Amino acid sequence: MTLLVEDLQQVCLIEAIQGGFPLCNRPFREIGTQIGLTEAEVIGMLADLQARGVIKRMGIVVRHHELGYRSNAMVVWDVPDGQAAGIGHRITAFDFISLCYRRRRALPGWPYNLYCMIHGRQRDEVNDQIRRLMVDCRLEPFPHKVLFSNRRFKQRGAFYVAPGTTCEV
Amino acid sequence: MDQTIHEPRVPRSLAPRAPEAESRLAPLEQRLLDLYQRDFPLCPEPYAEMAHRLGVSEATVLQLLRDLMARGIVGRVGVVFRPGRCGASTLAAMAVPSERLEEVANLVSGFPEINHNYAREDALNLWFVVTAASQEHLKETLGRIATASNLEVHSMPMVETYHVDLGFRLGGH
Repeated sequence: MTLLVEDLQQVCLIEAIQGGFPLCNRPFREIGTQIGLTEAEVIGMLADLQARGVIKRMGIVVRHHELGYRSNAMVVWDVPDGQAAGIGHRITAFDFISLCYRRRRALPGWPYNLYCMIHGRQRDEVNDQIRRLMVDCRLEPFPHKVLFSNRRFKQRGAFYVAPGTTCEV
Repeated sequence: MDQTIHEPRVPRSLAPRAPEAESRLAPLEQRLLDLYQRDFPLCPEPYAEMAHRLGVSEATVLQLLRDLMARGIVGRVGVVFRPGRCGASTLAAMAVPSERLEEVANLVSGFPEINHNYAREDALNLWFVVTAASQEHLKETLGRIATASNLEVHSMPMVETYHVDLGFRLGGH
């Protein structure tokens, strides 16, 4: 396993929490009970995973679709790799942008390397936002595509450890 | 379990109203989500600490969260891992003939390695995120999807991320 977490205890912890924390008075004690750790050990390991950037966020995970944000557009551009970071950081300054990254192109059919995600309540609103973005970030010269999602088949947190494979106590 | 979505083609007044009503947040719910999409308290009684800051009881916080989960607005309370720091992941896409979209989407969703799976308006019309414990497992999963669907799977792995994930910005435009 090539996880960037070294030890089996951490893998067990990730397995135990990837579906969410229990909703009870002492959630970390309950997690610890499942995997043979004390409450303090669970808290310490979570703090460590967070400090090392393995965990980027801890808290309530919201499902935007159910909140009425149903127009979700992925916008992609083909920009020179060397300019992607500069443009990407300008894009993230807009508060309607939820994700922005550079990805590897899938050539020959897919030359796009800069991606961002916009969630809005209405398609018109999202199209207006994209227009503003293109002007302000000087993205007009670059080939781009707007891919609205018209259907969601699955949305949940990532499972890095197949449930039930490693860590029975 | 997931509902399909629909750009509203029906006039607003004729559209079913329940989903809109369900998605409306009470002021306390909005405060809870504004404060705690990140910085979940790492202490023995985190929900009690959240309750203290919100000026309500721990039982109220737990009930609000259960209720938001039952309405589908909250997926879970927990962690979001940074892609690339834990295991391996990629964004993948396929060009699925429209008459097979439902079938192939269900096939893809059936893999435990898939966490997001959306239809999008493009020749590449099915997009999904694949997450696995290792690069080998990731590659094998993409191969299994290609074989099972008899379609090509394109992979666009992350090179660099530019946003800071602060959770979903509520109500802000």
